[in-house]
Amino acid sequence: MKLNRKYKIRTDNLSFWYGERQALFNNSLDIEANKITAIIGPSGCGKSTHLRVYNRIFELYRGQKAEGKILLDGENILDEDVDLLDLRRRIGMIFQKPTPFPMSVFDNVAYPLKLHYKLKGSELEARVEAALKGASLWDEVKDSLGKNGLALSGGQQQRLSIARAIAAEPEVLLMDEPTSAIDPIATAKIEELMDSLRERFTIVIVTHNMQQAARISDTTAFFYRGRIVEVGDTKDFFNNPKDPLTQDYLSVKFKK
Amino acid sequence: MIRRSTLPRRIADSLFKITSAVSSSLGLLIMIIIVSTILYYGASMLSIEFLTSPSKPYGEAGAGIANAILGTLLITFGAALIALPPAMAAGIYLAEYGRDSKLASILRFTGNVLMGIPSVVVGIFVYALVVVTFGRFSGFAGSVALAFLMFPVVMRTTEDMLRMVNDSLRESVLALGETRSRGTLKVIFRAARGGILTGVLLALARVSGETAPLLFTALFADSWPTSYFSGPTASLPVLITDYTMNSPFEAMHRAGWGAAFVIAAIILAVNLVSRYYAEKEKL
Ligand SMILES: Nc1ncnc2c1ncn2[C@@H]1O[C@H](COP(=O)(O)OP(=O)(O)OP(=O)(O)O)[C@@H](O)[C@H]1O
Ligand SMILES: [Mg+2]
Repeated sequence: MKLNRKYKIRTDNLSFWYGERQALFNNSLDIEANKITAIIGPSGCGKSTHLRVYNRIFELYRGQKAEGKILLDGENILDEDVDLLDLRRRIGMIFQKPTPFPMSVFDNVAYPLKLHYKLKGSELEARVEAALKGASLWDEVKDSLGKNGLALSGGQQQRLSIARAIAAEPEVLLMDEPTSAIDPIATAKIEELMDSLRERFTIVIVTHNMQQAARISDTTAFFYRGRIVEVGDTKDFFNNPKDPLTQDYLSVKFKK
Repeated sequence: MIRRSTLPRRIADSLFKITSAVSSSLGLLIMIIIVSTILYYGASMLSIEFLTSPSKPYGEAGAGIANAILGTLLITFGAALIALPPAMAAGIYLAEYGRDSKLASILRFTGNVLMGIPSVVVGIFVYALVVVTFGRFSGFAGSVALAFLMFPVVMRTTEDMLRMVNDSLRESVLALGETRSRGTLKVIFRAARGGILTGVLLALARVSGETAPLLFTALFADSWPTSYFSGPTASLPVLITDYTMNSPFEAMHRAGWGAAFVIAAIILAVNLVSRYYAEKEKL
């Protein structure tokens, strides 16, 4: 039954260290193309760490080290000679805290378009508009594209970050608790948005919100103390968790 | 039962409030005294002629301070041109690249030492370095001296302001596929520019009032500052010192006060402008 699945990313035996301290232990996880994969687990279990290996953003910091293989369309992104700029064009990331650049809404979204596609003029404007529409933000900002991105509300800032990320036309979107810093209405908007983004991107989302994982994801992976305990189709996963650790975790989480 | 605040606590509280109120009004009072003294002695000197004519030897009619105003502007901006590029580059290195490297700690240490050196020592040093080497005093030598004073301040402000930028912003620029260097210049530096600009303006205001280093370098001349590179150049601080300390004549003393008023007004204006930018950038 799994034979006809198409995997965008295959993680093989991934381990990770913060200095001497090991945070991930020989994990393997396959990410299906054009699906939403949710990563859940208690605080400190390594969800963000795992996500941050996919675009090698962890390399910004000294002493952090990953071992193993991560195959993006069959090619190992952990190879030394990988062009990080191109890798990050192909794998976009949304952070927990919205990160508008200190410039206008337009310039925020135009940034990756100028960077990777050298667009300008009307073509640039059209693509900015399309990205803002794609992030369901266009109607709210179309009359104030010159406004500083920092002046938007938190929820709008997060959708701006999404618009900026999808403007680069990535193949994969990594989202690390994208809705944990914003209100429920804005969260609902972003969840709706993710549903529509699924068609164009492969999405991996880290979330603390079980209901959110159950609502939006196709596959769910449960992390515990740096190890992947259970992975399954989301419906199955929540209705019939197999591992006792997962069962415990879910029962505590859903009781609240 | 609701617990009531105890009497001793309330007394301690109000004592603390009174102390801080008194100390801050003291600061304000000192400033008011300085400003009103300068106003009292200096404001009466202000006239179009005073502000537009160059200084002249004692006794000549129609003397002013315009050459010193221009000279101060030239020397200060010259210092900025010399100091800002390397100081900002060093600040960027410290905040973005060096962080905990050996070179960074050496650079930081040097900056701190440089900041602690009395300005008169910097003056003597630049005298030996520039004035003696070229065989003449010059406004440019004055700029070099002030640049030495500006460098550590600007380097430090640049580093501090860049460090205040959240790492999540750095990550999000890199995550778009941007290079470290361009991301720093186009996004991170921009996020910090309000604070950096404020720091630079304050440093400019600070050094523009320095006297000691200029006594050894730019010296003074009763002429327009046309020989910035080749000869003594007038400046407000040196004019003030010279007129008020070295002259027996009442008219010179008053001119000195007038100049003091002008430089205080300029520095106040620069402070206000930097405040304005700081507020604006806060958004
Ligand atoms: N910069 C770091 N240096 C050292 N250890 C770190 C660092 N970042 C995370 N860790 C450790 O690595 C482990 C995994 O952290 P990670 O941030 O991946 O957890 P998480 O599952 O994302 O948690 P949360 O749900 O709280 O975001 C934790 O034990 C954490 O303390
Ligand atoms: Mg996390």
